[in-house]
Amino acid sequence: MKGLLRKETGIFILLLVVCIATALKSHQFLGVENLQNTSRLIGMYGIFSIGAGLVIITGGIELSVGSMFALLGVILAILLTDKHWNPIAAIVTIVLLGTGLGAFHGFLITRVKLQPFIVTLCGLLFYRGIARFVADDQTKGFGDAVGFEGLQKFATSNVLGVPMPFVMLIVLSVVMWVVLHRSVYGRHLFAVGRNEEAARYSGINTKRVIASAYVISGLLAGVAGIMIAFYTNSISPSSHGNFYELYGIAAAVLGGCSLRGGEGTIIGIILGTILLQVLQNLVNLLGIPSSLNFAVMGAVILLGVLADQLLSNRTPRKRTA
Amino acid sequence: MNPIVEVRGAVKRYPGVTALGGVSLKVFGGEVVALIGENGAGKSTLMKILGGLVHPDQGEILIDGKPVQISSVSVATSLGISLIHQELNTLDNIDVAGNVFLGREPSRFGIIDRAKMRADAKELLDRLGLPISVDTSLQKLSLAQKQMVEIAKALSLDAKVLIMDEPTSSLTLTETEQLLKIVEDLRKRGVGIVYISHRLGEVKEIADRVVGMRDGQNAGEIPKEEITHERMVKMMVGRDLDRSSVVTESTAKEDRLVVRDLRTKRYPACPISFEVKAGEVFCLSGLVGAGRSEVVQTIFGTDASQGGTVALDGKKIRSGNPHDAIEAGICLVPEDRRNVGLIVEWSVKNNITLPGLEKFARVGLIDRGMESEAASVQSKSLGVKTPNLDAAVSNLSGGNQQKVVVGKWMLQNPKVLILDEPTRGVDVGAKAEIYQLMRGLTAQGVAILMVSSDMEEVLGVSDRVAVMHEGSISGVLPRKDCSEEAIMRLAVGKENHA
Ligand SMILES: Nc1ncnc2c1ncn2[C@@H]1O[C@H](COP(=O)(O)OP(=O)(O)OP(=O)(O)O)[C@@H](O)[C@H]1O
Ligand SMILES: [Mg+2]
Repeated sequence: MKGLLRKETGIFILLLVVCIATALKSHQFLGVENLQNTSRLIGMYGIFSIGAGLVIITGGIELSVGSMFALLGVILAILLTDKHWNPIAAIVTIVLLGTGLGAFHGFLITRVKLQPFIVTLCGLLFYRGIARFVADDQTKGFGDAVGFEGLQKFATSNVLGVPMPFVMLIVLSVVMWVVLHRSVYGRHLFAVGRNEEAARYSGINTKRVIASAYVISGLLAGVAGIMIAFYTNSISPSSHGNFYELYGIAAAVLGGCSLRGGEGTIIGIILGTILLQVLQNLVNLLGIPSSLNFAVMGAVILLGVLADQLLSNRTPRKRTA
Repeated sequence: MNPIVEVRGAVKRYPGVTALGGVSLKVFGGEVVALIGENGAGKSTLMKILGGLVHPDQGEILIDGKPVQISSVSVATSLGISLIHQELNTLDNIDVAGNVFLGREPSRFGIIDRAKMRADAKELLDRLGLPISVDTSLQKLSLAQKQMVEIAKALSLDAKVLIMDEPTSSLTLTETEQLLKIVEDLRKRGVGIVYISHRLGEVKEIADRVVGMRDGQNAGEIPKEEITHERMVKMMVGRDLDRSSVVTESTAKEDRLVVRDLRTKRYPACPISFEVKAGEVFCLSGLVGAGRSEVVQTIFGTDASQGGTVALDGKKIRSGNPHDAIEAGICLVPEDRRNVGLIVEWSVKNNITLPGLEKFARVGLIDRGMESEAASVQSKSLGVKTPNLDAAVSNLSGGNQQKVVVGKWMLQNPKVLILDEPTRGVDVGAKAEIYQLMRGLTAQGVAILMVSSDMEEVLGVSDRVAVMHEGSISGVLPRKDCSEEAIMRLAVGKENHA
């Protein structure tokens, strides 16, 4: 337990350092507009990163969310602009679709006993392909949003100056914090991730618990997918959401989730998300060539994980025998 | 003559515990030193220091009179020290031969010499009297068989000093005798042996000298001529222990657990039938590999059943899922505590409350006060020695880990409690505690199904004993007909002519 606390402290300090450095170099960083925009991104990324984290806590991995965003975004645009669906019905459909895909992954992983990496890698390829096919490889947009102005406004609005996605992230994190760190279900998630056999011997329905993590991840991807679609306002099926699954995984790992499973916290995942977005922001503000974007991010993640490794090396490593 | 190995004033502190507070030990070539002490006395820690796994805060180690630093396992090996660990260190995905020679594979130009490896491994297994093929993958073996592989691995080193940390805790009489013969043989060849065990009978049989430890200190020594059960117990516990049998004649009447034609994965051709009455202790006995654990695993649902039925109080149990079994009131304390019995990285508290966590929750949210309270009561009643309830189970001594597994399931108020080697590695005092708790449960009508390799335990606590031989029950003995001879006859497959 102390280890986890230390992990979060580590990334928190890293985040502070990066923020202070950026603020000193660029006065725009703390400007209202920049803060609003960054927190909007944090909100959207944070929501699906929580899902990625849950799956990682069970010892699995979810690689398909980026492609899911493309597929869901394209379908959302078609439902609203071409088919003129009722906006409420459309978003409910999208969220259910995301949840359903998650459930399908959970089924393949726990019942058919396929490896999570393989199942979700196939998802990554498959959903991207379907998205392009459905959209005829054309960019889909929301145009003037005739008939769903309210929905678009809701997704892109601010509450007391705070962007909607960020508000939703706060609400969802509080809920998920309680679920993960205070509920029976949360304890079972950690148990399954740490030692699946021991969890099964303790009477935990391990298959159901593992599958549920993918379901929640799919649901959160559905919610985030809608926000992201309205944020970009046009969905190019071949590039929309590219690499987003890796942002989610990176946020979770930076925040202390172990890829071996059984470890991680909501606070850590949120801090990880914030750090990634601030880095992105830093690249933009400091005029670093945007081609170096990924290089900066990769370097910082490596540093974060290295620092964590050095800290936790003091405690003996878990034996795998 | 110099001792072959000597430890002087070893100190090892962990946060909240002093595992060793200045212990000394001498082992001469050609003698068997038995090291005894209660759970958590520091025996394994002392041995891990010799094995290069733990580094002492203070103290000196001398080999043949010369001071040495044992900084790693390979240093220990090169100094001629070989250690059989209390907890298994075998790899499940590799076969027997590969495990025996792990890290020391015989090779030619970097290519493993399979033929030599298999031949050498086979010879070792034959010496141990273990009738399994060297090509068997470890995951197919029972805990006791894995333990034998571990022993073979230690023997393959041809060490000057052989340390055996509870080598027999999962072995039955037959394998134990085989092992003791080997120890005898090594002693004749001048090897110095440290033998740790909570089975005082075998200690008496094999030891040339008994060294006692208590709370990380030396607690005395008994020369061969003076070794008695009472003296050993007194040295360990510091006082006399009442050794009266806790068994009361059971008044069991109606059948609680009825097993009919159950077929296990290991022995699908051998249907097993028996019943356990409310309020009795029913024991499955037999040799290692007879299929006892498979039977209880199949009843509990962690092994897939190959046919047959299990009924509790007349109602059939859906098989194949421990979740359903627990719901119905059947609980299992598994033999392999480290891999399936516990989540060893977790705290004592979280382990104890994991099954049936719902009991400590309202609308799905855990009431942490209630949880701590229950865990604390349970760990006190079993005398778990731990700095606090939030300590990771992996930091506990082996016997104390076992108490946590037993405690975790006793908290469930089961109707049928299945205990697979319930006192593996548990010291004499705590054993008596556990038997007492078992009797408390049977008095409330709980049916107990026990698998045990410890003959003293089988004879001491069972109301009826079913003896298994190669997958089938070869006989059921009521308490009055139980004796070591009767059980052994059935265990090796001879009919009892009664
Ligand atoms: N890695 C560790 N971290 C913290 N405490 C430890 C660690 N290893 C051992 N201890 C503590 O040191 C003490 C001695 O443990 P040790 O395993 O040597 O006991 P033991 O005599 O072998 O007992 P047993 O008969 O149960 O095997 C125990 O109180 C145990 O909790
Ligand atoms: Mg020990």
